[in-house]
Amino acid sequence: MKCKCSECDGEIAIPKDAVNGEIVACPDCGLEFELTIDQNGKCSLKVAELTGEDWGE
Amino acid sequence: MRRVLSIIFDRTRWEEKALIKAARRKRIQINLIDAKNTSFDINAVCDAESYGHIILQRCISYFRGLHITAILEMCGLPVVNSFNTSLVCGNKLLTSLALAKAKIPTPATYVTFTPEAALETIEKIGYPAVIKPVIGSWGRLVAPINNRATAEAILEHREQMNSSLLQIHYIQEMVNRPPRDIRTIVVGEEVTAAVYRSAPAGTWRTNVALGATTEPCPVTSELEDIALRAAKAVGGGVLAVDSMESPDGIVVHEVNSTIEFRGAAAATGTNIASKIIEYLVRASKK
Repeated sequence: MKCKCSECDGEIAIPKDAVNGEIVACPDCGLEFELTIDQNGKCSLKVAELTGEDWGE
Repeated sequence: MRRVLSIIFDRTRWEEKALIKAARRKRIQINLIDAKNTSFDINAVCDAESYGHIILQRCISYFRGLHITAILEMCGLPVVNSFNTSLVCGNKLLTSLALAKAKIPTPATYVTFTPEAALETIEKIGYPAVIKPVIGSWGRLVAPINNRATAEAILEHREQMNSSLLQIHYIQEMVNRPPRDIRTIVVGEEVTAAVYRSAPAGTWRTNVALGATTEPCPVTSELEDIALRAAKAVGGGVLAVDSMESPDGIVVHEVNSTIEFRGAAAATGTNIASKIIEYLVRASKK
């Protein structure tokens, strides 16, 4: 499965075992996206949240 | 009866994927709840059945996870880790207080609430010292202070950063340790794995997020005892106890609540995700 980067139009390959919420990066521009896979197996990408000051373990 | 587990998350890291895989392998039904897309009606009676037998809190955002856990516990639902454990572990000062109360060796720690008092304290304990934000992870904004000029600069930056949390100055002695620390994974009453985390060459912080490497660490009786006691002191659950080898023995400097264990799993070959799922099943039957 492949998706297009909304920033640079690069091609992002989605791993076969990818799951909802996983982060994928555009190989061309490096922008990170959060992956959503709907019930029909269709994927969509949303620009990932930036690291917050309370993020971590 | 087939167990049902909910995982609340806001980002799917390697750890979440490992947990999902481990649960499926054990034929445990999992309900994945993305915290970012969820609304909680705090006046409504919780639909306990939709959450299953137990909930695993895995939000990468401390405040997001903490508040959701508060809502779910208020409904009487069991959450791992508990609100109290998450609250204490997410705040270095609260962690230090819990460790000190339980008489667990920790680095000498001081807290002040103005830059002037912070500078006075640093001058008194001597250089080098360490300053950390009370809330934060992955070594972010943790800084060594080697002299007065650095202390003044860091305190000035903190003042200008317009963050209430950075006006709490959490200061520690610089522990004379090898260029590594020890991460001990505690799942319930058991030490599951321990690894040395070594800082990359030329650096100081030992966070895997900053490139530290991991290798297996023998679980001595001293390490096991201190890690289990530290885990208990913060309320117990699924925890990562971080400690250092000081000249006087092991000192605990941090206990993490939403643990990242990729490095420890790779170094030790232990299936930590599987151990966590087994613990959740046991906890859900209590």
